[in-house]
Amino acid sequence: MAADTVSGARKFGRYSLLTVVAIIVLFPIYAIVMQALKTGPDSLDHPRSLLPVDLTFSTIRAAWDQGQLGRLLLNSVFVSSVVTLGVMATSLLAAYAFAFLEFPFKGPLFVLFLATMLVPAEVTVVINQRTADSLGWMNTYQGLIIPSLASTFGVFLVRQMFLQLPKELREAASLDGVGHLRFLWEVAAPLSRPTLGALGLFTFLGTWNAYLWPSQVIRGDRSHETIQIGLERLKNNDLSKINLVTGGLVVAALPIFVMLVVFQRQLVRGLTAGAVKG
Amino acid sequence: MKRRLRDLPPALVMLVPSLLLLGLWTVYPLVRAVQNGHLSCDVTGRKCTDAGWSQYWRVFTSQQFQDSLWVSVKLALMTVPFGLVLGIGLAVLADKHLKGIGVYRTLFSSTVATSVAVASLVWFVLLQPEIGVLSDLFSRWIPSLKNPGLLRDPGTALPAVALSSVWASLGFTFIVMTAGLQSVPKDLYESAYVDGAGSFRRFTNVTLPMLSPSILFVTVVLTTRALQTYGEVALLTGGGPEPEKSTTTIPYLIYGKNSLISGNLGLKSAAAVLLFLISLVFAIVQFRGFGKRVHYGR
Repeated sequence: MAADTVSGARKFGRYSLLTVVAIIVLFPIYAIVMQALKTGPDSLDHPRSLLPVDLTFSTIRAAWDQGQLGRLLLNSVFVSSVVTLGVMATSLLAAYAFAFLEFPFKGPLFVLFLATMLVPAEVTVVINQRTADSLGWMNTYQGLIIPSLASTFGVFLVRQMFLQLPKELREAASLDGVGHLRFLWEVAAPLSRPTLGALGLFTFLGTWNAYLWPSQVIRGDRSHETIQIGLERLKNNDLSKINLVTGGLVVAALPIFVMLVVFQRQLVRGLTAGAVKG
Repeated sequence: MKRRLRDLPPALVMLVPSLLLLGLWTVYPLVRAVQNGHLSCDVTGRKCTDAGWSQYWRVFTSQQFQDSLWVSVKLALMTVPFGLVLGIGLAVLADKHLKGIGVYRTLFSSTVATSVAVASLVWFVLLQPEIGVLSDLFSRWIPSLKNPGLLRDPGTALPAVALSSVWASLGFTFIVMTAGLQSVPKDLYESAYVDGAGSFRRFTNVTLPMLSPSILFVTVVLTTRALQTYGEVALLTGGGPEPEKSTTTIPYLIYGKNSLISGNLGLKSAAAVLLFLISLVFAIVQFRGFGKRVHYGR
C-alpha cells in the first residue's frame, strides 16, 4: 500500500511494535540461553536477572559430557543426511516415471501414492516396531533410516516440477539416444535444483526433529540415540540438575537455527508447497 | 500403446524403491493394524483370539478412550484458534514495506527450527516452579506458576501443553500466512482504498477472503497435529498429572510409558486405527464445511 508516504512517527511506531512482538516470540529461547550461560550445572540456582553478563560455559560443557551430546549429534547428522539423500533419490526416480513415462495404470497408481500421505505415523508405528523387531533392526541405524527413505510428498513435489519442464527437452534427448537415467541425472535433476533444495532441507529438518519413531525403535541403546530422544535423559536424571537440560537444548537447537537462517528461502518454498493453489 | 509397453520396464525399475518402502512401512502396517484391531489379547500379550469388529466399538466407547479423545479435542480447540489468530496477526504485522523487514520475518519464523522435543523441553524448564523464569516473573499475578506449577495442576496442565505447541507451530503458521499475503494482488487493496474502505474493512473484505486457502490449509494441519500430539505430552507431563490424567491424548494412551494398553497389540492397533479415522473425519468436515467459502483467487 501507500507505504512510502507514512510519516516518520508512524514508521517509528511500526518498528517499535515489530520489535516488541519479536521480543515476546523469542523470549523463551532467550531465557533458556541465558539460563544455560549464567548458572552452574549442579545446583538449583537460577539467574536473578536475564541480562547477558557473567556468562559461563560450564553448564553447556557439563551437559555435553554427561549427555554424550557429541555422539548424539553425530547420530542425528548421520541419520538425517542418509535419509535426505535417500529420499531425494527415491523421489527423483519415482517422479521421473510419473512425469515422463507412459505405462498402464499410471493414474490409479499415482492416486494410491498420494493416498499414503494421509496415513499418520501414529497408526503405522505399532506394526512397524514389530517389523523392525523381527528384522533385528531395533536399536540400529537401519531401523532409524530405512523406514523413512521414501516420501510421497517428495515424489509429488518433484513430479510437479518435472511437469513444468518443456516436453521437447525429453523428445530431443531421446532422438539423440540419451537414456532415461542419463537424462534424469544430467538434465531434469539440475533444472529442478530449487525444488530439490527445498525437498532436501525439508527432509533433513523433518528427520532431525523426528521424535515418535526414534523413541520407539531405539530402546535403551544410548550409542544409537538421536539428539531429540537423547535430550530427555538429561531431564530424567534428577531435578537438581535441570540446568543441564538448558545446556543440551542450546547444543541441540543451534545447528538447526543456523540452517534456518542460511536456507530460509528453500524452507519457505517447502513449507508452502502444500498451501498453494492448483 | 506401443510407447506404454516400451516404457514399462524403466518405469518399474524407477518405481520399485518407493513402492517397496511405502508398501512395507506404510500400507502393510495400516492393513495389519486394521486386522489386529480385532485381536483380543490376555495380559501377557501373547495369547490372542479374534474378537471381531465389535472390539473397535468397545475400544471407542471405553472410558479411557473417551477421556483421551476429549483431551485431544480440547487440545485442538485451544491450539487451532490461537495458532491461527497469532499466525495471521504476525503475518499482517510483518507485511509492510519497511527497511529490514526481512530480519523481522526471520525472527518470527524462527520457532519453525524447534523440534517437538526442543520446544517441549524449553517450556518444561521455563515452567518449573522452583527455577523457571516464568514463575519468577509472573507468579505475583498467576500464583499457580509457583505452587504447584502449571504442569502439576490438573486444571492448567493441558493449557500449558497447548501453549508450548502453539509457540512451536507459530513459525510454520507465520510462513504459510506470509506466503498467502504475498499472493494477494495489490490492486485489490488499492480499489478497496479508493472505494473508501478503512484499514479494518480492507482486512475483513480483502485480506481474509484472499487468505482463506492458507487458513484452510493451516487449520487442517494444526488440527491433525493437535489430535496426534505425542512428544509434547511425553516430555512435559507424562500424561499426568495423576490421577486425572488430564493430558493423556490418544497417541499418549497408545505409546506412552505408563500406558495401560501398551503391551496389548489388539487394543493398541484398534486405538491407532480409530485415531486415524477421527483425524480423517475432522479433515473432511473442515474441507467440506469451510471449502465452499474458500476463495481461490481470480
